[in-house]
Amino acid sequence: MFYRENGQFKSSYRADLALFPVAQDRWAMLALAVVCFVIVPLTVSDYTFRAVLVPFLILSLAAIGLNILVGYCGQISLGTGAFMAVGAYAAYNLQVRFDGMPLLVSILGGGVCATVVGVLFGIPSLRIRGLYLAVATLAAQFFIDWFTNRVKWVTHDSPSGSVGVRTLQLLGCELNTPVQKYLLCLGFVLVFGLLAKNLVRGAIGREWMAMRDMDVAAAVIGIRPVYAKLTAFAVSSFIVGVAGALWGFVHLGAWEPAAFGIDKSFQLLFMVIIGGLGSIVGSFFGAAFIVLLPLLLNYVPHWLGLSISTATASHTEHMIFGALIVFFLIVEPHGLARLWSTARQKLRLWPFPH
Amino acid sequence: MGFFLETLFGGLMVGMLYALVALGFVLIFKASGVFNFAQGAMVLFAALAMARFSEWFPHWFGFQSLLLANVLGFIAAALCMVVVAWLVERLALRHLVNQEGIALLMATLGIANVLDGAGQLIFGSATYKIDIGMPKDPLLVLDKVFEGGLLLNQEDLYAAVAAAALVAGLTLFFQKTRTGRALRAVADDHQAAQSIGIPLGRIWVIVWSVGGLVALVAGVIWGSKLGVQFSISLVALKAFPVVILGGLTSVPGAILGGLIIGVGEKLSEIYLGSYLGGGIENWFAYVLALAVLLVRPQGLFGDKIIDRV
Repeated sequence: MFYRENGQFKSSYRADLALFPVAQDRWAMLALAVVCFVIVPLTVSDYTFRAVLVPFLILSLAAIGLNILVGYCGQISLGTGAFMAVGAYAAYNLQVRFDGMPLLVSILGGGVCATVVGVLFGIPSLRIRGLYLAVATLAAQFFIDWFTNRVKWVTHDSPSGSVGVRTLQLLGCELNTPVQKYLLCLGFVLVFGLLAKNLVRGAIGREWMAMRDMDVAAAVIGIRPVYAKLTAFAVSSFIVGVAGALWGFVHLGAWEPAAFGIDKSFQLLFMVIIGGLGSIVGSFFGAAFIVLLPLLLNYVPHWLGLSISTATASHTEHMIFGALIVFFLIVEPHGLARLWSTARQKLRLWPFPH
Repeated sequence: MGFFLETLFGGLMVGMLYALVALGFVLIFKASGVFNFAQGAMVLFAALAMARFSEWFPHWFGFQSLLLANVLGFIAAALCMVVVAWLVERLALRHLVNQEGIALLMATLGIANVLDGAGQLIFGSATYKIDIGMPKDPLLVLDKVFEGGLLLNQEDLYAAVAAAALVAGLTLFFQKTRTGRALRAVADDHQAAQSIGIPLGRIWVIVWSVGGLVALVAGVIWGSKLGVQFSISLVALKAFPVVILGGLTSVPGAILGGLIIGVGEKLSEIYLGSYLGGGIENWFAYVLALAVLLVRPQGLFGDKIIDRV
C-alpha cells in the first residue's frame, strides 16, 4: 500500500538510471543514512561498536569485494584472507616507513598493493576454471601466509612477528573513540558500496556477468576474457585490500599473520553465499549474519540459564553454525538477498493478493 | 646419494598418505559432483572414533587384547562413518541436488563444521593415541650397495603397504562388483544412470561411506604416527593440491599426484628451503599444482574440459 511505484513517472534518462528509482526507496535510504550517521553514534554503547558494528562494516566491505569476483564474475576465490593481509601489511609499511604519511593514503595504498597481487594471482584464471581455480587460489593464501610470517622486511623486523599501529590520525585529528572509528569505517563502506553498485550496473559489470554466465559465449560476442577477468580481480582485491587495512588498523590495532588465515577466507565466502551471490546488498546481509550468529550463539546458554563448559559451548557453537549454513543453503540457495527481493515484491502488492 | 634417496623415500611415504586423503575427495567428487571440503573433518572424526572406541571397549567388556580392541574399534568407527554418510545424504545432499557447485562446496564446509564440533563433543578434544602395534624402530637397507645405506622408517613402510592394499581393494570393488559398476555409471552420468534404474540416493550413501572408510584408514595411519588431535583435519589442506594436480576425476591421478606432491615437498624443503627461509612446504605443493594446471588445466589425468556454447 505504501511501497509502490504507481504514479512516479520518469521524464528523463537520468531519472530512469537513478540508483533508487522508487521514491520510497530513496526515503528509506535517507532514513537509514540518518540512523547510521546520527542516531547510532549517539545511542549505542562502546562495546557494541567494538564487537559488532566495526567488524560488521569492515567485513561487509570485504564481502562486497569478494562478491564482485565470485558473484559477478564467477571466479571462485579462496584467497581473500591473503588479499586482506596484503592490504593490511602494505598499509602498515607505508605508515611506518614514511614519516607523516596520511592515514587515508596508506589505507588506499594498501588497496593498490592488494590490487597488484590480486591481478598477479588472477592470471591463472585465464586458463584454469571452476573448482580447479578455487583450489589454485589457495596458493595465494598459503604463499602470503608464509611470506608475512617469514620475511622480516614485511613486519618491519618486529621480533614477535606481530605488528601494530599506535595512533590513527585523520586530517589532523586523532581517532581514539569507537564512535570515530565507526564513522571512518562507515565512510569507507558508503563510498565503496556506491562505487561497487555503480560499477556492477555499468558496462564493465555487464561484462563480468557475461563472463560468469558463460565465458566462451561472452568471448564470442566480443568481450575480452583477459580484460574482464583481470579487472574483476583488480577491483575485487582493491576493495578487499582496503578492508584488510581497515581490519588491521581500526578493528585489531595490532595483529599477527594468523589474523588473515584461511579461516577468514572461508568466513568471507560464507558471507557472500549466505548473503546472495551477485548482490551488493546481500553482502551486508551475509556479513551481518556471520558476525551476529556466533555472538548470539554465545549468549543463548546464558539466556537459558544453562552453565556449560567453554569447550562444550564452542563445539556446540561449531555444530550449530555448520548446521545453520547447510540449512540456509537448502532453503534459500540464492541467499538472503533473494528473500529481501521477494519481500519487497510482496510489499508492493500488499494488502491485495494480486 | 644415501641422503637424497632417504628424502625421496620419506616423500613417497608422505605422498602415499596424501594420496589416501585425496582418494576420498576423488571418489566423492566423481560420484556426487561434490567437492568435499569435509574430507579433513571426516578424517578427524574417524580417527577420534577409532581412538576412543579402542580405548573404551576393553573397559566396557573387560578384555585385555590389544588386537581385539583395535579390530572392534575399527569396526565401530567404520559404522560411525556409514552413519555419517547416511545422515549427510539424508539431511543435506538430497536437498541440494542440481545446485551450483559452489553452493555444494559451501554445504560441505558446513558439514565439516558440524563434524568437527560433533566429533570433539562426543569423543573429547584432547590428544589421543592410536596404538595398532606398528614397529617404530628404523630399518637399514642397501648398506652393501653404497656407503651408509638407507635408513627407512618401518612404520612408514607398513603404512604404505596398507595404503596400497586399500587402493587395490577399492580398484577391485569398482571394477568387479555390481555395486562398483553402478558407482562408475553414476560417476559417468547421473541422469543416464538414474534412467536405467540405479538408485542415486543409495549410491551416494555408499560412496560417502567408502569416502569415510578411506578417511578412517588415513586417520588411523596419521593418528598412529602423530596422535589424534584437531590438527589432523588440516591434512585435507595438503590433499587439495594433490587432487587438482592429478585431476578431480581420476583415481590414478590422486595416487600419482600424492606421490609427486609428497616427493616434491620434501625435496624442495631440503634443497630450496634453506635459500628461502624454510617452511616452504606449506605453499610449495600449491605452486607446483598451479604450474601443472597452467599446462594442463584439467590436471594430469582429469577428464578433458569441453566447452559447448
